[in-house]
This record gives sequence, C-alpha cells and structure tokens, in this order.
Amino acid sequence: MINIDAQNHVKGKSIYLDDIPEVNGTLHCLPFYAETAHAHITGIDLQDAKQLPGIKTVLLAGDIPGENQIGSIIPDEPLFAAHEIHYWGQPIGLIIGISEQVCRRARKLIKVSYDELPVITCPREAQKQNQLIIPPRKFTLGNVAQAWEACTHIIEGSTDINGQEHLYIETQGAYAWPKEDGSLYVASSTQGPTAVQRAIAAVLNLPMHKIEVNVVRLGGGFGGKEDQATMWAVMAALAARHLNKPVKISLHRMDDMCMTGKRHPYTADFKIGLTDNLKIMAYEVTHFQNAGASADLSTSVLERTLFHSTNAYYIPNVEATAWCCKTNLPPNTAFRGFGGPQGKFVIEAAIVKAAEKIGISPDDIQKANLVTDGNEFPYGQIVQDARAKQSWQECTSIYNLDRVKQEVEAFNLANKSYKKGYAVQPVCFGISFTNTMMNHARALVHIYQDGSVVVSTGAVEMGQGVNTKMLQIVHDIFGINTEKIRIESTNTLRIANTSPTAASAGADLNGKALEMACNTLRKRLTEVAQRHFDANEVAFRDGNIFSSDKSQQISWEKLVIMAFQQRVALSEHAHYVTPVIHYDKSKEKGHPFAYHVYGAAILQVTVDCLKGTYQFDSVRIVHDSGNSMNLTVDNGQIEGGLVQGIGWMTLEEVVYSKQGKLISNALSTYKVPDIYAVPKEIDIRHLDTIGPDLAIKKSKAVGEPPLMYGLGAYFAIRKAVKAFNPYAELTIDAPYTPEKVLMDLYKKH
Amino acid sequence: MQIRFVLNEQMVIVSGNGSGTLLDFIRYEAHLKGTKIGCREGDCGACTVLVGTLHDEKVLYKSLTSCLTPLANVHGKHVVTVEGVNINGLNKVQESIVTHSGTQCGFCTPGFVMSLTGFALNGTDSDLNAAIGAMDGNICRCTGYKSLERAAQSVLNDIHSIDDTNRTNSLIKAQFIPEYFSTIAEELATIEPLSVVSEAIIVAGGTDVYVKSHDDVSEMSLQFLSAKPTYDHIAISDGQCILKPNTTVSELMVCKHVLDAIPGWYQYLKLVSSTPIRNIATIAGNLVNASPIGDLTIILLALNSKITMTDTHQNQRTIWLKDFYKGYKTLDKTEDEIITEISFRQPESHTLFNFEKVSKRTHLDIASVNTAIAIETRDMLILSAGCSVGGVGPIPLYLRETSKFLAGRKINVETIHLAEQVLQKEINPISDARGQKDYKRLLARQLFFSHFITLFPSLINLEDLI
Repeated sequence: MINIDAQNHVKGKSIYLDDIPEVNGTLHCLPFYAETAHAHITGIDLQDAKQLPGIKTVLLAGDIPGENQIGSIIPDEPLFAAHEIHYWGQPIGLIIGISEQVCRRARKLIKVSYDELPVITCPREAQKQNQLIIPPRKFTLGNVAQAWEACTHIIEGSTDINGQEHLYIETQGAYAWPKEDGSLYVASSTQGPTAVQRAIAAVLNLPMHKIEVNVVRLGGGFGGKEDQATMWAVMAALAARHLNKPVKISLHRMDDMCMTGKRHPYTADFKIGLTDNLKIMAYEVTHFQNAGASADLSTSVLERTLFHSTNAYYIPNVEATAWCCKTNLPPNTAFRGFGGPQGKFVIEAAIVKAAEKIGISPDDIQKANLVTDGNEFPYGQIVQDARAKQSWQECTSIYNLDRVKQEVEAFNLANKSYKKGYAVQPVCFGISFTNTMMNHARALVHIYQDGSVVVSTGAVEMGQGVNTKMLQIVHDIFGINTEKIRIESTNTLRIANTSPTAASAGADLNGKALEMACNTLRKRLTEVAQRHFDANEVAFRDGNIFSSDKSQQISWEKLVIMAFQQRVALSEHAHYVTPVIHYDKSKEKGHPFAYHVYGAAILQVTVDCLKGTYQFDSVRIVHDSGNSMNLTVDNGQIEGGLVQGIGWMTLEEVVYSKQGKLISNALSTYKVPDIYAVPKEIDIRHLDTIGPDLAIKKSKAVGEPPLMYGLGAYFAIRKAVKAFNPYAELTIDAPYTPEKVLMDLYKKH
Repeated sequence: MQIRFVLNEQMVIVSGNGSGTLLDFIRYEAHLKGTKIGCREGDCGACTVLVGTLHDEKVLYKSLTSCLTPLANVHGKHVVTVEGVNINGLNKVQESIVTHSGTQCGFCTPGFVMSLTGFALNGTDSDLNAAIGAMDGNICRCTGYKSLERAAQSVLNDIHSIDDTNRTNSLIKAQFIPEYFSTIAEELATIEPLSVVSEAIIVAGGTDVYVKSHDDVSEMSLQFLSAKPTYDHIAISDGQCILKPNTTVSELMVCKHVLDAIPGWYQYLKLVSSTPIRNIATIAGNLVNASPIGDLTIILLALNSKITMTDTHQNQRTIWLKDFYKGYKTLDKTEDEIITEISFRQPESHTLFNFEKVSKRTHLDIASVNTAIAIETRDMLILSAGCSVGGVGPIPLYLRETSKFLAGRKINVETIHLAEQVLQKEINPISDARGQKDYKRLLARQLFFSHFITLFPSLINLEDLI
C-alpha cells in the first residue's frame, strides 16, 4: 500500500504547521539569542525594539510564570538565559509583534552586552576540565586486561566523527491559542506531543490538563523534533498566555540551524586485539561525546552508543566507556540512529585499521566475527534469532563480493586518475527505547454508527508512513475498505502520556496498542454477529461479516448499527507495554531490546584522484525486515536512511568557529545530498524470515537501521584513496569531504 | 506601480513597489499554501513555481524559486503554483510521484511536482538526464531520490506521446495540466508593460539581493530591469558575442554561437547553481556581485570579455572585465553606472576552452576553487592563453602572469609545471567554509593540471604531472 498521504502531498493539499489558517488577530513571535558562546549577560537593552510600531512586547526570563526550565531528562536547560550564556544561539528572550517581519526588524534593535568567558567546543577539552553532564558510563564483558595476551594483533587508534544537521525541510514551528479558563490549544511540529505539553505546563505553571497539543504531521523530523520542537511551542504558548492572543512561530532556516542542536559529534580512542584466525578477542573503546551546553537527550544517546559499540560482532572481552562532555555548542540531540551509528563507526574503523596493518581485507575480519545465537552482547542480552551471518551470506553471494573485489582490483591496476573502493557494512540495531519506562503506547478507536472508523494513536506522522501502517492494521482486523478508516492527528487529549515517535518504535508500540483496541472491538462485534447468525464462528472480510459456513452474511454497516442499537460499546482505548525487556543501569546489564534488526550492504565508489571528488557506483543491500507489512514504505525508509547516512559520511560538514559560532549556518554552506549526489544504483533485497512476535505483524522496525549502511561510504572511499596513495598514514575523520579526500590523496609519507 | 499577472487561473492586480517576494505573495496574500518555504535563499526548491512568458503568441514556461523572485518580475506573466496544475484526480506528474513513492513527508513534494511539470511543458530535451536535471534545484531529505528518478522515468514515458506542434493542448489532453492553460496566451497579451521608476538598487534576476536582504526587500526601493523587457539577449556582431546584461544563465547555456565552438559549454554551465536559479540569475548580476568565486565571472574572464557601462546621462565606456575588480567587492564602477553590454570574441573552432569547478557537492553549490582557460595553439605551441581562477583571493582572478607565461611556450609537462609555479605566486587563498587555504592551493594546482589533461589528452596525463 502506498503512503496514504501521498495524494494530498502531490496536490499541495497537506497541511503543515505554517499552513494552518490563521485565527483573526494572530500575533507572531521570534526569539532573540546570544551572539557569543559563553558569557555573563551584563545588560539587555530592549528600548528601541519595544518602541517599534507593531511590537506588542518582549519577554525575558523574569516574565515566566512557572519554571524557567525545559530540560527533559535533566533540568539543566532554561527556556531563556537569565544570567549566563552557554552557547551561541541560546535564546535570551522573545519578541512578539503583529508580523514576523516586524519582529525580525525589532530583533536588530536589541542590544545585549556580555562579559565573555572561555569557550570550549572540543569534548576532550571538556572532559579534561571535568565539564560533564553525567559521570562516565562503562559496559564490560569478559576481561579485557587478560585478553590482550591471547591476541596476535593489537591495534590502537582514534577516530573523529562530526555532527549532522537534521535539515528537515519544514523548519521548527508552533502555533498556540488561548481557550477558556486559561487553557491553551497548541499546534506543534513535534515528534513528542507529551514532551511539549509537559514543558508548557511547567513553564506556564499550569496543570497538564489545560494544555492540548495537536500534531497533524511533520515536514521531516529525523530526531530533530523529538526534544527540540519543545522550545518553540513553549515560546508560542508563553506569548499566547501572556497576551491572551493566538501566537505563531515559524523559524527561518538560518535561525533554525543556528539555535538547534544536531547529531552528536564524537571523538574516540580504541584498542582492538585479534587472534591468528582473525577472531576479535578484545576491544577497548572510550567515546567522548560532544553533548553541547545542556543534557537534552545526550545521556540516552550516549547509552545507545555503548549498546552499539560492537555493532554486529561478537567480542568476548569488551570494555566500552563513554563520557558525556559539556561544551559551549547548542545542545546536541536525537538524530536517526541516536548515538548507535557513532558507536558502530569506531568498531568499523578499528577493523579497517587492523586489516590494513595485517594486510588483509576488512571483510575478512568482519565476516569472522558476526554475532550468532547464544552470544552475549556487552550489556548482557543474549543474542536470539540472529540474522547477521545470514544477511552477510546472502549479501555477499547475491551481489558476488568476490567479483566486486576482482573488478575493483583490475580497475585500479588499469587506472591512475580514478580509483575504486568498496566496503561491506553489516548492521545490527536494537529495537526499543533503551529507557525501558518509555516502551508503552495507547490507541483510541471509535466506530461511528455509520460504520466509519476513526483512529488516534501516539504515533506522529513525519513521512515514515506510520499512519499507513496503522490504517493497514485496522483494515486487516475489521476487513473493511480503507476509505472507511481515518487516522486522526496525534492529540494529547485523545492519547495521553505518549512517548515520542522515535527509536524506530512508532509502528511497533502504537500498532500493538491499536491491534489490541481493534481486537477488543471485533470481539464485541463478533458476539453481536454470532447472536445474529446463531453461529459460533464468524469472519470479517471485504466489508462483510460471514458465518463460518458462509451461509449467512451481513454488511459491516448493518452489524455496526445493530451493535449500536444493542448498546454495545463501539469505542476502545487500549494500552500496550512491551513485554520481556528490562535493564539495570547499576549493573549495566539486562535485556533492553525487544529484538534486533540486521542487514548487510556492499558499497562501491569511484574517486577522481585528480580532483578529490567521488561518485558512489552502487549500494547493494540485503535487509532483514522480518515479514514486512509494507515493502513500499519500508524500501522508502531504507533508500532514504541510506542516503542520509552517506550524506553524513561524505558531504555534510557541520563547522563551528573556535568561538562556537556555527559557520555552516545555511543551505548554501551545509550541503545535503541532491539528486546527483546519490549512488547511481541502489538495490535492496529482503531476507526471507518470519519476523519476531514483538514486531507489529512480525514486520521489523525500519526507521533507523538502514542509515548505518551509510557508514560504509567512509571506508569505501578510504579504500580508493589507499589504492592511489598506499603508504601515507591517514587519519579517520568523518565526513570524508572532497577536501579531505584530496588532501589524503596527496599526503606525503 | 501596478503589477498584473495571471496567478494560476486568475488575473491578479497588485499595487505597491513590487519588491516583496513572489513566495510571500503566493502564501500570505493569495493564501495558496501548497508552495512551501524551506530556506528562502534558493537552495532547497520547496518554493519552486512555474512562470510563463508570452513570446511569439506562445507561453514559454520556466521553473524558478519564488523566494528569490521579486513580485515585479512576474508582471505580465503566468505564475503557476501546485494548485494551478491540479485537475480532477491526479495529473500525470503527480500520479508518477505517487505510484513510485516519490513522496514521504511531502514538504518538498510540490516543488518536485512543479519542476517535473516544467520539464513536461518545455519538452525540448527528453531523456532521463534532462528529466533528472529538471529536479536539480530540489532538495528532498526523506526519499534518497531514487523513487523520484523512477517517477521521472515514468513522466518521460508519458511525454513521448506529446505532440509538439500544439504542446499545450496536447499536454492538457494527456492530463499533465488543466484546461485553462489553453487561454493563458490571450490573457497575457492584454497586459501592458510596467512603467519604469528609476531609483535605488537595480535588480535583474534578484538572486543576490533577495538572499542578502530578504528581511528588508519588501520595503526597499528597487528598480527592476524586467520592467523593460528585452528579447534576443545574445547577438553576434563583427565576430563579437554580445550579451545583454539581463541574459540569464539558462539562455547563455544554450547559446549556439558559443556551443558550436565549445562543445563542453552546456556541461560547464550546468555546474552553475540549479535549473530554477539559472532561469532567473543574470550575467550582469553575477559580474557586479563581484564574488571571488562567481562561476560565470571566471568563465568570462578567461574568454577575455569586455563590459560596457552606461550612466544616467547615457555616457558609455567599455573596459576589460579583468580590470573591473579592484578589491574585495570593489568595482571600477560609479554608483550611477550600470552594465549595459558584455562582449567577448566569438570562440572559434581552434579556440580551446575548459572550465573546472570543485565544490563539496558537485551541483547547486559554491565552488571551493573554479578556473577557466581559453587557449589558442598551433602545432605544439601555445599562441595565447587566458586563464582565470576563483576562490583564491579577494577578487575573481584573471591570472595575468600565468597567462603571459604560457604564451609562446610548448605544451609539455615542464611548461605546465613552471606555469603552475607562477600561478601559485598569483593566488592567495584564505581558509573559510569552502576549505582550508592549503587545500585551495592544492586544488588550484590540480584543476590547472586538469585543463591540460582535458584539452591535450594525448600529450599530458596525470601520472606525468605528479
């Protein structure tokens, strides 16, 4: 089934935040922010701004009726900086006026004076100065110290991985308007409606039941609107409450890029030990995470880096440490993969470095160490239903890795100006929020007396197709035409206490709740039908309900009205909790994931050794979708995730100045892949597996895992560079921009 | 002034200075919310619309980014938004995108619909590369583009049956566009040209002013060159190729007077920005913008171009383009002079020309370094050479010494090496968002080598040079 929103999208009829028709008298608000990364505020001059015609007021920290606090995990993030600035772009106050334009003009009239303080942008420097969000966390398995003795090859090194701008095409925004009794309606472009509701309530000093948050859809999220959509909604709500007027905010791109956090940059040190037969015996890694100026979701992101530090490999002795380092950058946040990709990058780099030293191909090491059932992950979960070897096997045989290697080698022998490289990239990604508490969801289903059905869940649609999957669930259980089913917006009055739509788990959690609600309703309707037919078994199919011997049938509509007349409840609200999972942070052991998603990809690239530019020839994937409930939607996620991952590893370069100012602050300086930058060929095959029970309809989660195939892009380019310049000592520093490629091609040895 | 144009099906009359953006008008005055805002600087394509211009009783449509288009520039034209291509059900482009799942979050989608519709309306090139090229100004963050490539292929299949003699009617019949397109030419014919006001900043395409000053443009007093519509922007006279200042990059790209002599011309200009920007950005705008990295400036410098400027008293003077740049964003031009003509000797078949550009992303990106060379040779001897390079100093640089050095020398590795040493003395790059200075020096060397490897493949190869 094709994404149910597609028809409206292509006609320009889908409504995003900035498209909501404006209520009469709507005002606009715009934050003004620090233009320094670390300083004491010594003065704020608002006089000229306030006097500009059209400006209603300017609000500061002191105007907040409740807490000046929006930190979701740790309360360390004020809405407005009151005394001290911690990053360039930190909001200091809010301008409210009759138009966005007048607010922008007023902003230029505001003068803030500062006493500058030293700026830290590097996580290692922060760690040295003990600037930490939380104490370090450590995962251990076996005994690393003893294991080195058994190793023939021991390789040490370090890696750098830069951040990534989300670049959802729809910028952040919110629209709030007052209702009666001091309550508020807030339209928000957020992945986490409850987070928005909770923060507004705290900042406005109101109970949560007075805040209704509604989300129709997002123009892209990718994690950037999981926690960081909150701030803007709180601002709009604060202004609306203050002036008792509808207030809207819709960020300009450069404000959005300057003020929001990104994927976390990491730097890491590793030591890896292998036996003669290429078994990885020991792996020691220390991750330094650049969290930015406050926690945001960094502590959870850090956790996932540790969970995925060994990717798809079984290593009996592991010591993985992670530091959550506080720097003077905007608070970094969730981004597709959520720290997992950064953890995997280091082990892949370690394997590549080891292979280079031993003089073999990295895939020889990768293949020899893939996880299998019964292995233990460093966090204590025992591997079940592993598909790492199967994915590898199918990928390398269907796409003939041996031939790829021969072709690359032959090409490189014959060509001086162009070199080819390849990499195999296995993926193993755990599904569930690593914070066990968050793995629950609710769904509300009403069947109206005319037989039409409306569905609400906690899932937010942002292009990933979750609403389409929800529709399929209802369709399959009730056996009715999809036109009879409407998936409604995500609204905190209908579905309370939601977890954000994140962690690839939106369809699993909300779908399971929806399945429960629909099954309960079908059971009630079944009883009505049984009485009507005087039969034990009934079937729901094609808009009709049949007795088991097919001798009798009744239309869905007739059955519904019959149930209604018999005073049967036609609404159901269901609550789902992921079973099995648990995690003990004090021991750093448990069973945090419902299941794992596996896959493998072969990436091939051609590097122009004259210019340092490159083109990906192909990416060929074997992916484990379980029993995919919607291959069209899932393939879209795989292609899109892959390209986003390749972008991160190649073109996308977040640049801050030493003073902490974002230099790559617009689409002219931050380049995401365009239609010419993507691989010439992307081929996707699916493993034929039945899928786990904890996945919705046994269809595995798909949002994040495919992004990590993109990691191979870095190593494929490196292989080509090495073919041209085999003896130079090359660092591992993603992204591999054309600049770094050219410098490496001509690096002296 | 009064700006009149047809917006989708309706004639629109707007009073005002016309300096606000077409995008804001579409969304916040006309309340057509299908056109989206992604960046307001022409870099994402979410706001792409089609603009049709009446020419010889036909309406010619081009895609452009409405965020960089002054309202005044659409006077007398047909502006088409996504709402304006909707029919009952889905049109062919929409159907292709839906069928191939070329939409996920949907925010960029109307822009893609318009770009592909623009492709269908033009129909001059009809291979897959051209169809994909039509989407080169549209960024999608969800799909990874493969589904959009498949959609483009399917649009292409549907286009093959379109009859070119009456393309508009044929497209209406084939359900690409709605019926009302058939009467647009008549409606446009009724609109008189704008009366010209002469004050303040002169705007041609608008792609620079509208990026730099988008907060203020709506209240700025601007003078629009589009008010005096001109046609036939490129002419040949006395062996000179003469460009009107508001020649767009798209026009220059297909100029056959140049294409005949420089076969790579189209591909070089394809490296300049994106289709919707090339459709509005002008040559003179690129020159006066004085960016040290302007692609067209670098190309025109190597072609040894001259520019003619005219002041408000109609005094004219002509200077070499290479003498135009005095320092960072400083020009040999008075406040009241505007460029009225750009000329260069029409390239002949024995003129060898090459353009090289490397940027982080190959398309729709600003170069780290760009360079062009025009070279005339006889046998193995360089008779004359003009070489330019951008991104390596405060101005777009004509390499006087390097060019001089090359003249009279044999084409061989030694000449290139020695010339490259001269080049390195002429340039002085700094570190910025486009790269570190060491990189730019290395890249300048590589691209200089590339000129000779490309132009003299049988004589010069990379191995001998490094």
